[in-house]
Amino acid sequence: MLDSHDMLKKPDALWTRARMLRAMRDFFIGMDYLEVETPNLIPAPIPEKYIDTIPCGNMFLHTSPELYMKRLLAAGYPRIFQICKCYREGERGSCHLPEFTMLEWYCRGADYRLLMEECEKLIISVAHSLGNEEVIHYQGKKIKLQGPWENISVREAFTRYAPVSMEDAVKKNSFDEVMVGYIESHLGWEQPTFIYDYPVSGSALAKAKKDEPAIEERFELYIGGQEIANACSELIETDEHHARFKKVEEYRHSIGKPVYPVPRFLLQDNKVIPESAGIALGVDRLAMIFCNSPIIDNVVTFTPELL
Amino acid sequence: MYSASDLKKGLRIKMDNEPYIVTEFNFVKPGKGQALYRSKLRNMITGAQFERTFRSVDTFEPADLQQKKMQYLYEEEGKYCFMDNESYEQVFLTKSQVGGAKNFLIDNLEVEILFFEDKPLEVSVPNFVELVVVKAEPWAKGDSVSGKTKPVILQTGYQIQVPPFIEEGEKIRVDTRSGEYLTRVKD
Repeated sequence: MLDSHDMLKKPDALWTRARMLRAMRDFFIGMDYLEVETPNLIPAPIPEKYIDTIPCGNMFLHTSPELYMKRLLAAGYPRIFQICKCYREGERGSCHLPEFTMLEWYCRGADYRLLMEECEKLIISVAHSLGNEEVIHYQGKKIKLQGPWENISVREAFTRYAPVSMEDAVKKNSFDEVMVGYIESHLGWEQPTFIYDYPVSGSALAKAKKDEPAIEERFELYIGGQEIANACSELIETDEHHARFKKVEEYRHSIGKPVYPVPRFLLQDNKVIPESAGIALGVDRLAMIFCNSPIIDNVVTFTPELL
Repeated sequence: MYSASDLKKGLRIKMDNEPYIVTEFNFVKPGKGQALYRSKLRNMITGAQFERTFRSVDTFEPADLQQKKMQYLYEEEGKYCFMDNESYEQVFLTKSQVGGAKNFLIDNLEVEILFFEDKPLEVSVPNFVELVVVKAEPWAKGDSVSGKTKPVILQTGYQIQVPPFIEEGEKIRVDTRSGEYLTRVKD
């Protein structure tokens, strides 16, 4: 049994992490992205069905920097990125921490397809800077880095790996269980895998597909069975924000979850978000891959249990 | 009442009127989806193991489990008989319920029995018990290389490694958690 002092001794992982962070910054600066910092303490979080915030005084710790990065987009900054801590109530598991590090970037004029390409380039460039030229060794497997990476629709992933179709899983209200129980563990072992086009129920701020309104333009990146990043073409219509927020509020109320104040900015007609796409990448999760660790505890200095 | 977020390894809950112990547990959350609590559970009566995934809205009753001090009486045809020291009531446990504790059960040993409602589930013996050596090779004098051990058989039939100077008929103290020899006991 290691004592808490010994559990802080993980210099290899911490060096890998530090190098990753530097490589990320180098990548974005090279791509003309502006690094920004937005407040962690905010008056109203983005309404999400399944994300609970941690209140702090009469404010909230942000669950992601999305809201204020969108305000910067609306204010005319076309390409921005941020690496920051985010906070989510009640999230602790082998791959979850209630305080974790997020990399988010937004690009004006882009859609989710373009972000897939950027995400692939970013991770390959980080991998190269860590000395992984062709493969990442993770949990006994060799994950090939060479692009283009596998990309399959969520519908196809259900057909391939699950005993039910995506539509039936949504109808039977078991989409998440099927994802966790049958699909996730298969994804991203040969090479990293993007799965895209989710049923609309999932996200408050993703844009629905024009020709298929039940599907939203969103993707997730999986490496080694682990979700690494989530991206979408951003919703921009004010009316639609109103409608989504109301739905989230009603849903949270119905399952007895706290209901938070609504961010007014997204509802104001004169502060229009440009056509854009945004992506959030879990830095600790990516560090797990590069440190060949099956649990998040090994790649952060302190877990909540060690405080 | 517990909710799914209270689940953790070792927690004992009641489902469909049977007691279960959580043997493995993880919090997961797919994408923008809801929190799910993946658990492995063992039925404390049948020993059956299985996986279950719960949602945060799921709730559980704690399993109504009680420890009772009892005395071991005898074994007959694979049934182990114990008696409540106060009520003199007797209960029987099967060989598999008794498990490894059978190596340390001597007549009149005071043990604790875990009950679910009125069903006995398992027995825990004291951390240290004293047992008589019933079979041992004699000590070859001079054979005192430190660290060397020899196998002996104890009164319960349990075979254990002891230092070479332990003789037949002597009593030794055993740590029941590791199953290992601790010291010689002089009456």
